[in-house]
Amino acid sequence: MIELTYTRAADAADAIRRAEDENAKYLGGGTNLVDLMRETVEIPSALVDVTGLSAEIEETHDGGLMIGAAARNTSVAEHPAVRTRYPMLTRAIVAGASAQIRNMATVGGNLLQRTRCTYFYDTDGSRCNRRSPGEGCDAIEGFNRMHAILGASSACVATHPSDMCVALTALDAVVHVRSTSGERTVAFGDLHRLPGDRPDVETSLAPGELITAVQLPPSELAAHSTYRKVRDRSSYAFALVSVAAALELDGDAIADARVALGGVAPTPWRAWRAEEALRGRPATEATFLEAADTELAEARPLAGNAFKVDLTRRTVAAVLQQLTEGARR
Amino acid sequence: MSSAKSTPAVPIAPEGWTPQAGPDPVLRAKHGLIGAQVSRLDGALKVRGEARFAAEYPMEGMAYASLRYSTIARGRITALDTSAAETAAGVVLVMTHRNAPRMQPPPLFLTAPKAAGGSDLPVMQDDSIHWNGEPVAVVLAETQEQADHAAALIEVLYESSPPRRFEEARAHPRTPNSLVGQPVQVLVGDAEAALADAAHSVDLTYRTPRHNHNAIEPHAVTLAWDGDDLIVHDASQGVKLHAWTLAQVFGIDESQVHLTSPYVGGGFGGKTVWSHHLLGAAASKLSGRPVRVTLSREGVYRLVGGRTNTEQRIAIGGDDDGRFTALIHTGVSAITPYNALAEQFTFPARHIYATATLKTDQQVVDMDMLSNSFMRAPGESVGTFALESAIDELAIELDLDPIELRIRNEPEKDPSSGLQFSARHLVEAWRAGAERFGWDRRAAPGTRRQGEWLIGMGCATATYPYHRFPGGGARIRLDKTGHATVEVPANDMGMGTSTTQTMVTAERLGLPLERVTVAYGDSSFPGSMLAGGSGQTASIVGAVIAAQRALVEQLLVLAGEDSPLAGLTADEVGGRDEGLCELADPTRWESYARILERAGHDEVTVVASAADPDETQAYSMHSTGAVFCEVRVNSVTGETRVDRMLGSYDCGRIINPKAAASQFRGGIIMGIGLALMEDTEFDERTARIMNPSLAEYHVPVHMDVPRIDVMWTDIPDPYAPAGARGIGEIGITGVAAAIANAIYNATGRRVRDLPITLDKLL
Repeated sequence: MIELTYTRAADAADAIRRAEDENAKYLGGGTNLVDLMRETVEIPSALVDVTGLSAEIEETHDGGLMIGAAARNTSVAEHPAVRTRYPMLTRAIVAGASAQIRNMATVGGNLLQRTRCTYFYDTDGSRCNRRSPGEGCDAIEGFNRMHAILGASSACVATHPSDMCVALTALDAVVHVRSTSGERTVAFGDLHRLPGDRPDVETSLAPGELITAVQLPPSELAAHSTYRKVRDRSSYAFALVSVAAALELDGDAIADARVALGGVAPTPWRAWRAEEALRGRPATEATFLEAADTELAEARPLAGNAFKVDLTRRTVAAVLQQLTEGARR
Repeated sequence: MSSAKSTPAVPIAPEGWTPQAGPDPVLRAKHGLIGAQVSRLDGALKVRGEARFAAEYPMEGMAYASLRYSTIARGRITALDTSAAETAAGVVLVMTHRNAPRMQPPPLFLTAPKAAGGSDLPVMQDDSIHWNGEPVAVVLAETQEQADHAAALIEVLYESSPPRRFEEARAHPRTPNSLVGQPVQVLVGDAEAALADAAHSVDLTYRTPRHNHNAIEPHAVTLAWDGDDLIVHDASQGVKLHAWTLAQVFGIDESQVHLTSPYVGGGFGGKTVWSHHLLGAAASKLSGRPVRVTLSREGVYRLVGGRTNTEQRIAIGGDDDGRFTALIHTGVSAITPYNALAEQFTFPARHIYATATLKTDQQVVDMDMLSNSFMRAPGESVGTFALESAIDELAIELDLDPIELRIRNEPEKDPSSGLQFSARHLVEAWRAGAERFGWDRRAAPGTRRQGEWLIGMGCATATYPYHRFPGGGARIRLDKTGHATVEVPANDMGMGTSTTQTMVTAERLGLPLERVTVAYGDSSFPGSMLAGGSGQTASIVGAVIAAQRALVEQLLVLAGEDSPLAGLTADEVGGRDEGLCELADPTRWESYARILERAGHDEVTVVASAADPDETQAYSMHSTGAVFCEVRVNSVTGETRVDRMLGSYDCGRIINPKAAASQFRGGIIMGIGLALMEDTEFDERTARIMNPSLAEYHVPVHMDVPRIDVMWTDIPDPYAPAGARGIGEIGITGVAAAIANAIYNATGRRVRDLPITLDKLL
């Protein structure tokens, strides 16, 4: 049997101390890590339960929110301040998984979810560079309907599975992390790494670094935001394409916009180019489509997912159109 | 009781009665049990967790099994290192082809009356590999976790060659020997010539993917040897078939296999004999320990065959009035050299439309895969997708309402066999269904819109054949309290069989429900039955009819001269009010309890065999139905949502409307999955299934399932026991076509390959 220790951390400092072994893993709700252990994708030597850390959702002095890493997805989605000031985040969370899983899953754990690429999970029968660097990738020429059209590499085309993270990247969230060498913050967009030639290195976190909180900066824009997820069934399916967006109008022109995409890239994908293409332009369908096209100019679809280019374009435009209509009402 | 005495007695079926001779006497009963809404008698037990399933039987000294599966599809094992597994904690045995006992291959389904093998490949007898997922080792250990861990420590090397691909194999198809025992080809006239001459025609290709079984209870077996006798707690759709098949494998008599399977968490065609049975029994023999094998969800995908993929051609020629001059349904499916099920998708076309000429034919291509098998209306489910989509396409070509087109081609007799139908009220089902559904509100394609959503309606014919399997038997034991226990080797996989049979038997014997017990799921019971082909209800009823006559004959002997029944024969009496009475003079009545009491018997037991199913030789017998649905298709994303469904069925008498409605609805939900999402990702490079889990293999979730209305004609079939033709599988049929047709009506887009995922509608 594989030996494994399980301990509960009293606080962040205690957790970091307990996780000194390089094969230790922090355990949140376990909704992904335990699955990965069952499939032997992950074989940790120690589990440090961090669900006892802060789960508070608090106002910050500047009018934003600080969400403790142990906060359950459900409690974030249902929080009145999140619902009213960051509606895209509530919508993104409730679009994911099932109610039971959301009740268990923590914010910190959600950020560190691993891909659901079926070749990644098939430890016995498939090659995967993300699981075993240098081994090869069976997805590139295999079933890749769910896979990335943006940001992938010749080593890995897997997508990031989180819905919540798509909203967090659009909201310019800041991730608070802590390690034996102290505390630091990471801009959300810098947390996840594109695969390049090291798809196994998924984040910019150092070994043993612990996510303690996610901070949402104040944002007027975010109050006029939404999240739309397109998938193969009504619930309990990962996104083929998802769009988190916020829009602020100045008359008929777009004063500011946030757009992030899910289901299309190895990381939650901030659509910087699309945002740039929207600012100052008239809020029309033509503008929205052009912005989406700008973002998708570098899309590299695979045999099984070429439809995602068109689907992304259509969904981005529909979401922005919906926000425009909402703003004018 | 006194008020009940005004109801007539149920006559006893005549000596030598077969359904072909005319209606089951129970159809004359007015006791009110048949047709009553009765909750499942085993429901409370299951809700309380007290119904014991195969993987829950404890056995003294039991070891847990874990299987290791091959990762290549074709080739051989070149190296097998089991040393680490053998020394791992808790390990009792490591079994591979090197030490597995010699076993005969399991006899393949339909090769013998009780053959239940899904494949007749030898199991773990040499180093050859025939499918990706074939078991290469079994580990027994003291706990499941120890067994799983040790199995992962086994090192296996292979020499492999590339598996055959469908598109390449497609060029060299072969003709199967039969389609589940029926001829492969049916030809009436020259259909190709008639098609070429037709005023209107369609000639189209449809494709359906592979599907896998996902019963809520993964396959499991707990077993032990007692000398040369094998005791098996199984999850089975046919206890007698499983016992006989395992007996052949191990070279013992079928009476030496003691197999029970009282509760089964869904079968759907998959709970037959697969390699886990053989490997469990072999490992138990080798280790001398009782063994439990519980397949993981992935294990079910690796070991239990599902539905194969199909490529189907439908061509229909019609005259200006829409009357068919030619109907052609041909196609190809993947198969293996080790099984014989071609997925009989051409069967519906043989029976449901009048046509001047007809051609149906199927071919197969051999692939390196796990043997495909029975799954949720094999043939009819995917066959009706193609046929009923093509009917819709022809209706558009003819500018005719698709229901009207179907009614114009309603046959008077079976178009392929020429036999009369035993009963057929499909037109009534269409009309009643169309009215309740509001079919007249259907609009032209692409014209109904709500915001982003396009709305459409579709319909299709549902059809499934009547089956009653030969060899049925029943034992009835009537005790002196007037309680009857019926023993049949049947299986209740959750569909309500035991409840339904309790109702029919109580009705027939004139007993209240609580005085009848139907026992099942035990290989020691007489005769043979299969919970398959939607034929089990008729099979059990047929056997109970025969047993009841034997029982009444014995009771009349026991009644003697002092009974009010003295001198009467079985043909002169009937069951009523917990006893027997003279049909002509119901005041001559005596209770069952009194008859036994006077005779001084604690109980009387009879065994009888069912009459042969000759009704299917004399008549064309099919359940039919009309399926309606309304869908929304998102014009931005292509997502389809089913908003409502209605099934209007003609299946003969509906015995328990509560259970029947649930069966129909369950089938329709499977049909939604078939239409929109179910798809086994079979990676042709390795012939490996890549989505062996309920997270990645999509079936409908609650939010995908709308309100489902079901209704039925409830007209008894005069040639079926209890007038009931079978309802188990018809629910899935027609649904995929109805949804595809509704999507066309919503969007003007026709999708001919399943599943209809959003990318096909962008």
